[in-house]
Amino acid sequence: MSVQSNVEVHSEWGIVSARQAGRNLAKELGFAGVDQARITTAISELARNIYLYAEKGEIVLEGIEGKEAGGAKRGLKIVAKDQGPGIKSIREVMEDGYTTSGGLGAGLPGVKRLMDEFDIDSVAGEGTEITTIKWLR
Amino acid sequence: MRIPILKLKRYLLISVQVDLDDQTALQFQEDLLNKIHQEGSAGVVIDLTSVDMIDSFIAKVLGDVVEMSNLMGAKVVLTGIQPGVAITLIDMGIMLEEVPTALDLEQGLDKLQQELEA
Repeated sequence: MSVQSNVEVHSEWGIVSARQAGRNLAKELGFAGVDQARITTAISELARNIYLYAEKGEIVLEGIEGKEAGGAKRGLKIVAKDQGPGIKSIREVMEDGYTTSGGLGAGLPGVKRLMDEFDIDSVAGEGTEITTIKWLR
Repeated sequence: MRIPILKLKRYLLISVQVDLDDQTALQFQEDLLNKIHQEGSAGVVIDLTSVDMIDSFIAKVLGDVVEMSNLMGAKVVLTGIQPGVAITLIDMGIMLEEVPTALDLEQGLDKLQQELEA
């Protein structure tokens, strides 16, 4: 399976395009309405972080296959990459309510709860790559 | 993009029909407050039936506009929040605690009436 789409994020419109692309792919992969909302919201948070903190970057969306006890499972993988300032303290950004932008501070910890797998790779001064997966149930 | 705001007697009615980008959401905040001021509205219903995603930014804008309107003396009720949106907001840890809500536009108007008579 190689359904993949890349969305450049360098304006607020990039946020809207990324979540529309996410919703379309989630539908295509067979996710139900509530999971479509979770995936779209996660993409929106990640794309907004790119725009707010790194100014530009990209969201890569991909239909993937994984293994589980009963056989194969399908999922949607989101990778959010930027060459921005990086995250100084990953522990802090994963705390509910932590914000440097005047927002609700719900973004990254929220994304982690909305999705099934979540991983941050960030180097100060070089950039951030966040990978997160939702499996189809 | 501007979200249309309709006037019905002492109320303002808004049905959000577009995929909300940040600018549209902020513009709406300002437009609504100006309209409340212009019309001297007592209550506002914002219907979200067609909105299939509310992220933390949009949630903040909506929560803020409810508080701002309250400051001006107008009550706001949010209506028609979809199941997926409600689940996602709670998953995210966003409570919108002080915000009055109702199932649909009709019940939203009833709620406004009750609050204004109370």
